[in-house]
Amino acid sequence: MARAAVPRRLTWHVATVAAVKDETVSARTLVLDVPGWPGHLAGQHVDVKLTAEDGYSAQRSYSIASAPDGSRLELTVQRIADGEVSPYLTEVLAPGDPLELRGPIGGWFVWRPDSPAPLLLLAGGSGVVPLMAMIRASTTVPVRLIYSARTPADVIYAPELTERSLVSPLTLTYLYTRSPGSGRNAALSPAPDAARDGAGAVAARSGRIDAAVIDGAAFSPDEKPAIFVCGPSGFVEAAADLLTAAGHPAATIKTERFGPTS
Amino acid sequence: MNVISRGFSGRRRPEGQKLPPGQYLEKDFPVLSAGPTPRVRTDRWEFTITTETGDGRRWDWAEFTALPAEDITVDIHCVTKWSKLGTKWRGVSCDVLLDGVATNAGYVMARSYGDYTTNLPLPDLRNGKAWVAYQYDGAPLHPEHGGPARLLVPHLYFWKSAKWVTGLTLMTHDEHGFWEELGYHDYGDPWREQRYQGD
Repeated sequence: MARAAVPRRLTWHVATVAAVKDETVSARTLVLDVPGWPGHLAGQHVDVKLTAEDGYSAQRSYSIASAPDGSRLELTVQRIADGEVSPYLTEVLAPGDPLELRGPIGGWFVWRPDSPAPLLLLAGGSGVVPLMAMIRASTTVPVRLIYSARTPADVIYAPELTERSLVSPLTLTYLYTRSPGSGRNAALSPAPDAARDGAGAVAARSGRIDAAVIDGAAFSPDEKPAIFVCGPSGFVEAAADLLTAAGHPAATIKTERFGPTS
Repeated sequence: MNVISRGFSGRRRPEGQKLPPGQYLEKDFPVLSAGPTPRVRTDRWEFTITTETGDGRRWDWAEFTALPAEDITVDIHCVTKWSKLGTKWRGVSCDVLLDGVATNAGYVMARSYGDYTTNLPLPDLRNGKAWVAYQYDGAPLHPEHGGPARLLVPHLYFWKSAKWVTGLTLMTHDEHGFWEELGYHDYGDPWREQRYQGD
């Protein structure tokens, strides 16, 4: 059993928004200064609390996108059109505003930089956020990211991922579930070849995750990767089933699923 | 301490619809689990109760589903903030399972296929407060939601309602289960917002 990563009482911190950064038309990164932040591990999340004038408050959980870095914290929030909290965080909250949060939370879906195993990351949509913290925290182990997004425009962190794939052992495979030409009659491009790690190895294809993608883009079970899967429940369920069918032991696959987080 | 969020008004619930603090209403049924979904065949399924002296009881699927069952309609509250009201289940009361079991234990470790565990006080499983459920909304419980059978302890945060449950180990001293070892609360009362250790 993993050791406890949340040993202390989790107190609320008042963060200050230092900057905001639009990642896509519907995802925004909040750069926060959190005095007294106890530090975190890649993969953990925070609880955010908003309070209205009359004392009404709402809480949601958001994954941390940044590698551990002193009192700085980055959250990337995907806006849900009819949501209660995410529209505020992505459209109203501005630099200088305070934001209440507590964490870090979650001691299971975490990656430690001293872990020597190759890192296999599978992201569905904004499920890439906690995986990005792992990519940002990793420097030496080979990393393969399989990232399913609706269209190329929905890919969060695209420029940074490309840049990192050029300078570190990071291999990218994008799956576009609704890209132009992914209709009924569209021929799928061949499964990506991930023979080379890093050096700008990027592959893309249309369609959803399937056995051919796992076969072509994932590490093999013999390479004993540490596996993290994050995304909507349907994606995580499909990916985890494909990985176990490909021979990866269930105990090596850590998942984090989210339903609609409004 | 509450910091006012400039320009936030929020979405209040209709009068009389009360949720535990920090929760929001969910219409869907989100899934949360730490790893791949175990697929457990009912012809290989078993449920055991083991006491602190090592005595035990065991049911296979046919025996278990022949026990007196109840229809249960309850609100459920997930520590990840969503609550779902009026969920409908069918299952066997833990009172039936524990009836006649001789024990001095004060605690229980629920054990699941896939090695998930969660700890609870034994009294929280008695007196009509907990079930082992195998139907949801009139249909067999889907593996994603914990089928063939899951613990159902709706008065505590939903991670205590262990999916894929296969047994209860009665304990004289409390021990941490899976999420509790990782910092989540030992008891987990949503109305007292006991999400994490120390809450």
